Amino acid sequence: MDNSLRELYQEVILDHSRHPRHFGTLEDATHKAEGYNPLCGDRVTVTLKLDGDGRVADIKFAGKGCAISQASASLMTDLLAGKTQDQAERMMQGFLHLVKGEPANDLPEDARAHLEVMGGLSEFPMRVKCATLAWHTYKNAVEEGAQ
Amino acid sequence: MSAAAKPIPAFDAEAARADFAVLSRPVHGKRLAYLDSGASAQKPRQVLDAMRVFTETEYANVHRGVHYLSGAATDRYEAARRTVQKFLNAASEDEIVFTKGGTEAINLVAYSYLAPLIQPGDEIVLSVMEHHSNIVPWHFLRERQGAVLRWVDVRDDGSLDVEAVEAAITDKTRLVAITHMSNVLGTVTPLAEIVARAHARGVPVLADGCQGAVHESVDVQALDIDFYAVTGHKLYGPTGIGALYAKKAHLKAMRPFNGGGEMIREVTRARITYADPPARFEAGTPPIIETVGLAAALDYLSAFDRAAVRAHEHDLLTYAREALRELGWARVIGDAPGKGAILSFEAQGMHAHDLATILDREGVAVRAGHHCAQVLMERFGVASTTRASFALYNTRADVDALLAGLARAREILAP
Repeated sequence: MDNSLRELYQEVILDHSRHPRHFGTLEDATHKAEGYNPLCGDRVTVTLKLDGDGRVADIKFAGKGCAISQASASLMTDLLAGKTQDQAERMMQGFLHLVKGEPANDLPEDARAHLEVMGGLSEFPMRVKCATLAWHTYKNAVEEGAQ
Repeated sequence: MSAAAKPIPAFDAEAARADFAVLSRPVHGKRLAYLDSGASAQKPRQVLDAMRVFTETEYANVHRGVHYLSGAATDRYEAARRTVQKFLNAASEDEIVFTKGGTEAINLVAYSYLAPLIQPGDEIVLSVMEHHSNIVPWHFLRERQGAVLRWVDVRDDGSLDVEAVEAAITDKTRLVAITHMSNVLGTVTPLAEIVARAHARGVPVLADGCQGAVHESVDVQALDIDFYAVTGHKLYGPTGIGALYAKKAHLKAMRPFNGGGEMIREVTRARITYADPPARFEAGTPPIIETVGLAAALDYLSAFDRAAVRAHEHDLLTYAREALRELGWARVIGDAPGKGAILSFEAQGMHAHDLATILDREGVAVRAGHHCAQVLMERFGVASTTRASFALYNTRADVDALLAGLARAREILAP
């Protein structure tokens, strides 16, 4: 069996895709955005609530797509809850490096431990967009999706 | 009395396979099973050789110079036009316009033929299984000129009901635009009947033949069709070249498309007059080498018994479809009687992109996604499908590789 496939579709990823965390829509969201990948039809909607300090007080995602896009959205929402926007931005940059197989020194240790499972994607450049869809949608929500 | 069916000669796919060098390269260390010819077909060495030899011995610009090479290149370019004419059985070579592909051929009809005729409220009839290239040009006319798109549904098995097409035609219909063969479902449409019904109402018909011309024999005169669009790269030819067949009367009435060299008769400071069709629609230096390649591809395909090729592709389709049915966890989408060799399916618990990634690692190339047919995806309530499309160079070994890959994918992905 191809090891890179096993690494890509490891149990943690499959578990997140089958049982996504923070799945749904926040009724009292302060920010919202929809992400769509026209190439494959993956869709993700991110709703979140920023508190007075600009922290992500709560975040949810809803959507439909491949195991990678769903798992990535689930992992992301797990990680971003309680983080400041600066922290989130650093994690996003680190994550983008990680999935492209570039040095991800900028990724904080706790985030690295959490996101490392997506590292197998670096062997599958055609699938990187699946993993980054949720993160770009988060960013879009914060920057342009004020409700 | 029914004559005995003419026996279909055997087709040697292994021999044909040897003409396609790329098929002998491994992918991810595995034997390549190329099942994505519906997106683009591989090219036989006969096509590559024709393009190389032409370039090395006869290349120059066409319709311009008086020197030897220009004459030779022009002869080859116009000979290619006659090859396309023969392939589609058009009445005249002047009814063949070279385009850069099927998309441009349809856009040419939309811009040069239909747009000047459209009044707000005029209707265009099309099916829900059209490729975006046979949808978006008509949407342009909706957006810009107030045309109304009248959608014809397909049956649940993907077949198209001629009565439904006819029912969609009204006094305001200006064109019926329909695929000859669906790139997702494989459905082959009853073009001749559609044309007869539409003509009875005075409505012309355009067929998107990008898939149909590959898998079916086309006779535009027998079909009595008004417009038929083909693309070279799906016909085992190069990219960047396609053709539009259009009846001479239509071409004569059509306004120019792109403006530039070659398509004019006379240009002065005050006015221009245009060349006759087909040159009127071929502005600028055309893809000359690719045109020679297209002719070589059509010669290559035509040298086979087309019915034998079809029977071979159909054997692969049936073999794969039955195997998928037996799995019990794959749902085939599109099962119209007489369909062509395209097999779209959904696998339970597995997204098409995950499946395609795993298949790729097994050397199996398939298409996953919406196949530029989002209206059809919506009709069948799916976001994406996995599609295996068969060509003359495929064999049962390719189908077996697909099935083995599906089993692997289920091991990895399914709960």
